[in-house]
Amino acid sequence: MDGEIRSEPILKLVGIRKAFDGTQALAGVDFELCPGEIHALVGENGAGKSTLIKVITGVHRPDAGEILFRGEPVVITNPLDAQRLGIAAIYQEPTLFPDLDIAENIFMGHYPLRRFTRRVAWRQLYDQAARTLRVLGMDLDPRTRVRGLTVAQLQMVEIAKALSFNARILIMDEPTSTLTLSEVAELFSTARQLRDAGTAIIFISHRLEEVFGLADRVTVLRDGHYVGTCNVSEVTPDELIRMMVGRTLNDLFPKSDVKQGSVVLRVEGLTKEGVFRDISFELHQGEILGLAGLAGARRTDVAQAIFGVAPADRGKIWVDGQQVAIRHPKEALALGIAYVPENRQQHGLILPMNITHNVTLPILQQFARMGGWLDSRAEAQTAQEITTRLDVRAAGLWQLASALSGGNQQKVVLAKWLTTRPRILILDEPTRGIDVGTKAAVHELMSTLASQGMAILMISSELPEILGMSDRILVMNEGRLVNQFTRAEATQEKIMLAATGSSSA
Amino acid sequence: MTSLTKAPPKRFIMLSLLLRWEWLLVLLIIVACFVNASLSRYFLDVDNLFDMTFNFMEKSLVALPMTFIIISGNIDLSVASNLAMSAVIMATAFQSGLNIWLAVLLGLCIGTIGGLINGLLVSRLRLPALAVTLGTYALYRGVAFVLLGDLVVKGFPDSFIYIGQGNVLNTPVPVPLLLFSVMAVVFGLVLHRTAFGRLIYAIGNNEEACRYSGVAVNRIKVIIFALSGFMSALAGVIMTARFGSVRPNIAAGLELDVITAVVLGGVDIFGGQGSILGVVLALFLMGITRFGMSLKNVPGQVQSTLIGFLLILAILLPQLLRRFALRSRG
Repeated sequence: MDGEIRSEPILKLVGIRKAFDGTQALAGVDFELCPGEIHALVGENGAGKSTLIKVITGVHRPDAGEILFRGEPVVITNPLDAQRLGIAAIYQEPTLFPDLDIAENIFMGHYPLRRFTRRVAWRQLYDQAARTLRVLGMDLDPRTRVRGLTVAQLQMVEIAKALSFNARILIMDEPTSTLTLSEVAELFSTARQLRDAGTAIIFISHRLEEVFGLADRVTVLRDGHYVGTCNVSEVTPDELIRMMVGRTLNDLFPKSDVKQGSVVLRVEGLTKEGVFRDISFELHQGEILGLAGLAGARRTDVAQAIFGVAPADRGKIWVDGQQVAIRHPKEALALGIAYVPENRQQHGLILPMNITHNVTLPILQQFARMGGWLDSRAEAQTAQEITTRLDVRAAGLWQLASALSGGNQQKVVLAKWLTTRPRILILDEPTRGIDVGTKAAVHELMSTLASQGMAILMISSELPEILGMSDRILVMNEGRLVNQFTRAEATQEKIMLAATGSSSA
Repeated sequence: MTSLTKAPPKRFIMLSLLLRWEWLLVLLIIVACFVNASLSRYFLDVDNLFDMTFNFMEKSLVALPMTFIIISGNIDLSVASNLAMSAVIMATAFQSGLNIWLAVLLGLCIGTIGGLINGLLVSRLRLPALAVTLGTYALYRGVAFVLLGDLVVKGFPDSFIYIGQGNVLNTPVPVPLLLFSVMAVVFGLVLHRTAFGRLIYAIGNNEEACRYSGVAVNRIKVIIFALSGFMSALAGVIMTARFGSVRPNIAAGLELDVITAVVLGGVDIFGGQGSILGVVLALFLMGITRFGMSLKNVPGQVQSTLIGFLLILAILLPQLLRRFALRSRG
């Protein structure tokens, strides 16, 4: 379908900007969607795809920019507005009412009513639902309760729901990440069928082969900026990846070369059913080992298995050549392992407690004198020393963790783990959502720690961080280690190719 | 970077001291004393004041571990039933010839085991404390009824009766009051001055973060539930000695008064906040209020109504204050 009179765009976004707490999630994004096309939206984690979708569906309001619907400027203030315009979205995890049946879910919010009594016209409801399901090629009784349906079936119900209010724009946000191959094929054939009937579809996926298999056009976002739109038939995977990552590395990342020592952590065949399989690697003294991958690659699960938060089902772990079994974080702690979690507010800190109490939590027993009596002076001194070293900015150690900025919160979490004097430090997204200055400080700290002989495993979704900090890089995709690179041979393109699971053509 | 050891600003300390919930309780206690004194000229009599405490020392003993449990974000509804079960077992063991002090020891062990079961179910199986202890609430009371039916055990020796009814040496201080005072100080120190106490707060504020920090969350939960069982059994011993008899329906409904006192004492029902001092003040406030009402022959149901009103007030007031504070800040 080229050279064609692709009809007027049904949706057009011009110069959309949106900031959260000072971080610019969208910095002037343009986007155009035509009826009868499947338009893929791609970009790294944090490129702004989800924010853009939320602007379209009325979850967020843009700070600036214009939304044109059929050429007319519109303001979408809430999801209901979006629904009235015929915009529907289906997500990775469908949000349906599990205890209602399929038909009730499809017509939720706009049940057909009898004309005079205003009661629900049940027969009409079930007839229409059955018809819609048949159109979608779905072999299910509309009276089936939704609880117990597979994710693929739930998504079909969501699509049927979208059709029931004549959605003209269908957004599919990473719909395939939990589907089997045959389910994906089925979903795609439904999507094509809808496209051919004139529906405009926005398709988000991390898997490039799906983009190439399904989409007509593709728009690339990077760091909240619009990079470009092309016809899928006119672009190669390599070109697309370059558009996604095309950044020059700056020298924000001061990792210095360190002589590496012996192996301190060795993992072999670590497997957790349905989560990750066969993870094997070695981590050396003084080394920063980067663990790259896309969201959902299960990197955090591997870290949590090593730290004992959610132990693996199979596999072996050696610390300093000794085989160990780690069933609880306190055992990991005793072995000199520390884990700075990805979710700082939920897992890293106790927000309603003060800085001192947060910092000393893992080593509280060290301050317990006779009968468990706390030596609060020694405790405060320890907290004082480490927070000074990490330059935590606060009014005082009595300040509650909840009152600190994101960057200082992260420093408190780091302080807390450094007081345990770990030899193996696992950092999960250590600089996510913190300001540039703190970020540089964290990187410098990592470099210093490594030069003092600490072994660091760093999970990061930011390629520049991975490339700048790591001595060696492991890449995970869908629960498996798919590739590894040395610092010298790694490039953004190679990592991205491995992480998206596309074979380098 | 300036030093972080610097104390918080003086104004901040003064304000947080002034705004403490405990002051409100002190004020209410003073008001209650005035009202009682105007109702009866005997109220302020020293002997009378000490005698008054007999009525609420059992709940007070149980309220101490309940404070730990609620601060940790849990609840124990089985305390009164556990009290009954251990008192009944103690009494039947005594009746069948066991030395009374060995029977007491047996009762304390039974109560502790009852609490231990709660703790293991809550921590190992990760069941909600509300459901677990609602189950054992029925179970333990059931055991008491199965063992004793509609019988009563009496005839305890005077040396035993003394611990529930007697005074310390030649003073007007009742034995239960002394026991509670010692226990309150111990529980207060443990909660506010030890690593164990700190961890109870930490768990109540964010259990997940505690696990990630290598805190033995399960062990702490088991310990505080076992402690709750032990103190319930101890309260059962005191109550048996005070009444001089045991029936299976002993202390029915006590758990609600205990939880009321803990919440009235300023402990956050969702965990993470509260102090032993507040709970002790709340226990005395409730005790004095009830006593004043009985001076005027106010029926028990009406007393409960007023206590219920107090509880709702206690939960509502901080919320309203917070909302007011937020609004005035703009």
